[in-house]
Amino acid sequence: MTLKTDHLAGGQFYIRVQDALANAPIRANFRKAMDGLMHKRATALEDTQERESLRELAANVRLRALARLPELLIQLEKKCQSQGIQVHWAQDAQQACEQVLAICQQRQARTVIKGKSMVSEEMELNHFLAEAGIEALESDLGEYIVQLAQETPSHIIMPAIHKNTQQISQLMHEKTGTQLSHDVAYLTECARQQLRERFQQADIGLSGVNFAVAETGTLCLVENEGNGRLTTSVPSCHIAVMGIEKVVEHLEDVTPLLSLLTRSATGQAITTYFNMISRPRQPDEKDGPEVVHLILVDNGRAHLYQDPELRDTLRCIRCGACMNHCPVYTRIGGHAYGTTYPGPIGKILMPHLTGFANNAALPSASTLCGACAEVCPVKIPIPDILVRLRREAVNGDQINPSVMAEKGFKRTWKEALAWQLWAYLAQRPRLYQIATKIARLGHYWMPQSLGAWTQVRTAPRPAAKSLSQLRRDAEKSL
Amino acid sequence: MHTSSSSKVAPLYTNAAPAQQASHRLKVYPPKPQKVYFFATCLVDLFYPDAGMAGIQLLEQQGIEVLYPQTQTCCGQPAYTSGYHDQARAVAQAQFDLFPEPWPIVLPSGSCAGMMRQHYPQLFANTPEQANAQAIANRVFELTDFLLHVCQLQLKDEGKPIKVALHTSCSARRELGIAHVGETLLDQLAQVERIEPKRTSECCGFGGTFAVRHPQISAAMVEDKTQALIDAAPHFVTTDCGCLMNIQGHAEKTRLKLQGEHLLSFLWRRTQNDA
Amino acid sequence: MSARDTILQRLFDGRTEALGETQAQVPASQFHVLAQVKMSLPARLQAFQQAMAKVEGEVIVLTRAQWPQKMAAWLADHTQAQRILVPPAHHVLGQALAPLWQGQWGHTWQVRTYDAPIETWQAELFNEVDLAITSTRAGIAQTGSLVLWPTPEEPRLMSLVPPIHVAILDSQRLYNTFYEVLQVEAWAQQGMPTNALLISGPSKTADIEQTLAYGVHGPKRLIVFVLVDEEMAEVCDAP
Ligand code: SF4
Repeated sequence: MTLKTDHLAGGQFYIRVQDALANAPIRANFRKAMDGLMHKRATALEDTQERESLRELAANVRLRALARLPELLIQLEKKCQSQGIQVHWAQDAQQACEQVLAICQQRQARTVIKGKSMVSEEMELNHFLAEAGIEALESDLGEYIVQLAQETPSHIIMPAIHKNTQQISQLMHEKTGTQLSHDVAYLTECARQQLRERFQQADIGLSGVNFAVAETGTLCLVENEGNGRLTTSVPSCHIAVMGIEKVVEHLEDVTPLLSLLTRSATGQAITTYFNMISRPRQPDEKDGPEVVHLILVDNGRAHLYQDPELRDTLRCIRCGACMNHCPVYTRIGGHAYGTTYPGPIGKILMPHLTGFANNAALPSASTLCGACAEVCPVKIPIPDILVRLRREAVNGDQINPSVMAEKGFKRTWKEALAWQLWAYLAQRPRLYQIATKIARLGHYWMPQSLGAWTQVRTAPRPAAKSLSQLRRDAEKSL
Repeated sequence: MHTSSSSKVAPLYTNAAPAQQASHRLKVYPPKPQKVYFFATCLVDLFYPDAGMAGIQLLEQQGIEVLYPQTQTCCGQPAYTSGYHDQARAVAQAQFDLFPEPWPIVLPSGSCAGMMRQHYPQLFANTPEQANAQAIANRVFELTDFLLHVCQLQLKDEGKPIKVALHTSCSARRELGIAHVGETLLDQLAQVERIEPKRTSECCGFGGTFAVRHPQISAAMVEDKTQALIDAAPHFVTTDCGCLMNIQGHAEKTRLKLQGEHLLSFLWRRTQNDA
Repeated sequence: MSARDTILQRLFDGRTEALGETQAQVPASQFHVLAQVKMSLPARLQAFQQAMAKVEGEVIVLTRAQWPQKMAAWLADHTQAQRILVPPAHHVLGQALAPLWQGQWGHTWQVRTYDAPIETWQAELFNEVDLAITSTRAGIAQTGSLVLWPTPEEPRLMSLVPPIHVAILDSQRLYNTFYEVLQVEAWAQQGMPTNALLISGPSKTADIEQTLAYGVHGPKRLIVFVLVDEEMAEVCDAP
């Protein structure tokens, strides 16, 4: 066998993994956090019958929405427009950034205050705006910390989860002049004061969207801190950026999604705020933004949508439970992935957003243990999709040909030949038995890159007689 | 603009991924049969024949005749999870003829049973063998599951008091949903104290080719798993040879005092008079 | 082609191509797991209180008789608030609280209403108001949530900017679940307001090493006065 470690194909991934694994504080931070989150989810969903009924319902709601995705987007657009929300469509991250910039320029905006939005991370919006001389300031505490550190989020729900209190205290001290303190309440209060000022001065508030309801033209935001509400209420202009898959058909459809989102993510029965926005400020109203823009971002999703199996990826409601329960994520943390979305959802989503070859090592970096699919509130069969991506990567199926643009990018003649040889033997029992006999004598039939195996394990020792030999002996002696 | 409009009812469809539907296929336990087919799996055949023998003996003790097709090779899983589905299909199909009569097919491995039970139908979708693959899948059982639920196995413990930690493989736990089986069987043994290791449902880091493709992550995982098992008890049993080879190999390499054994070998040994 | 048309085209095309024989209709959703949650009023109240308590929301149950005075007394005892924001006199709640700002109950609070667009007094709202009192549209027992539809009399920042948010909830309007609220009040059919909110406790964060801290951007305290009928008073231990 010529199974190789994915060093070459994976490129930087291996280097980052090595660094992360060698970084004791990072590993401790993640282990502690993930253990806590798993426990909280289990407690919040301990009634298994309720849990499974809800998951069934939530999956059904998302499937139903995806089945009518184009119609629902048109309906959402119409409804929003009729209520005074301006709707834009962006094919990719670049276009979406440009649309935000155009709105900023039109309003002569200098500063944008941001609520948490993973799509804006996907767009690398902050960077883009900075280059145009516009300041984008994160207001979610975790995002704020990450921005101060000039890093990216390491978790989609808890962006600064890779840092401990001491590191955050040090960072805030250096960047904002707060006292060195391990008192989380103090640090939180400092951030509150620093950001309150900024909310009042910001020209534009930019947020993500958790669910958009087609029938009522409503943008729903889920949050605990209140920064999302401030972002969408204080500045005179609100821009919401949203992946096109986030739409649901009916208002009632959000109820199971909301319930499972918060319980799966952090074990909360609900977040502090569930914010439903359906129009800009009306003439008799005294606050709220005068202008609301909705930017519908494709960025690879419509392509992904075209395959009925891969499409399941779009069911995701970004709860993060799959990463919280992932043994790989827990070990290497979010940054090692080098992607906007880390963890299991990142592995199946990123190849469609930033290219398959750019995320070459991700689909194989899983034991297919299934912990992610077990907890996913919308029942995405993540391990099956990972296998599908592995198949796409080597173009390994002639009956169900691969469809992705970069299909087969990982196929090497050596590995293909090895599997061919293996299959040849395994279809010829006599030859196969001879081969295993030789292996037993020669002692090294197992994966040829046994080096990787034996670094931390002893090599497996073949038994003196195989089971089939033992059976043959037994039958002879009868 | 496109001609479709919301007035024209768009065709809706369910999740088209057959795998997901398959994993929800209800398992129907047959009545206790006269005979079963025994599919040993490559790891048992080559490295842990004693586990296979133990399984066969436990079956025979139940009065079941064990048919051992000598021409069996591999379920095809390694190629399947590596994305080489043409090869996986060819090898899988070569096994179909091993089971001509309608007896159940039992495997001493959750991972290979999971492959045959949950993935064959999808692997053979859109091929002439589709129905055949489905029929075979429906007959596949992991052996301990079969012993407990079909044979209603009752164990009598003949051994000395011992503390044991159980590691259930991820395929047995999540793909087949039979995590309770190993626990129930061990709990039948009066002198065996089963100790639940910390984070018991977490993967050991084997994952087939994962262990060689991503050795560092795999190493970090097996380190933790081995430690959790040692913290629980000096002896562990597991339902899958992959996990056994991984954990035992790591314990040996790092000279940790942890003794591992396949669950079937352990059950058989404990119920013998000379145990 | 515009971005819009390209995206939609791709979605329509993708779907047509994918329509194989395996694809049937997605069945309609069955909401019974949510619809089946039905509690008696005392049970709903208890659930509401418990859920609020979990997130440090303060719940005080009051009988209807003279509840404004009782509430004022409680607030005087339990908060340091001086500058208070209330709905105007033409609003039901504003009317009930009118004696308060007319100084009739002997409190020395400075009271004002949200009578002008935010732009004209933003700094004052952010820096000087200690406490705001709002009505609520409904409550949700299962999750301990308040339902608010901000109005010109009670704009959205009232429940967000001042450090203390006081909310009045009529127990008659305490529903089992959010799902029930949507069904019974027929939100989708009626049309949605500019902004609708569920509020479940004071603002909080766990972004620093999973340690919970309250009052990060929104109110630091959420105090809910639940109004009940006399007969409920004993069950609920109301003052
Ligand atoms: S894939 Fe599932 S578990 Fe992971 S973030 Fe999305 S919804 Fe949550």
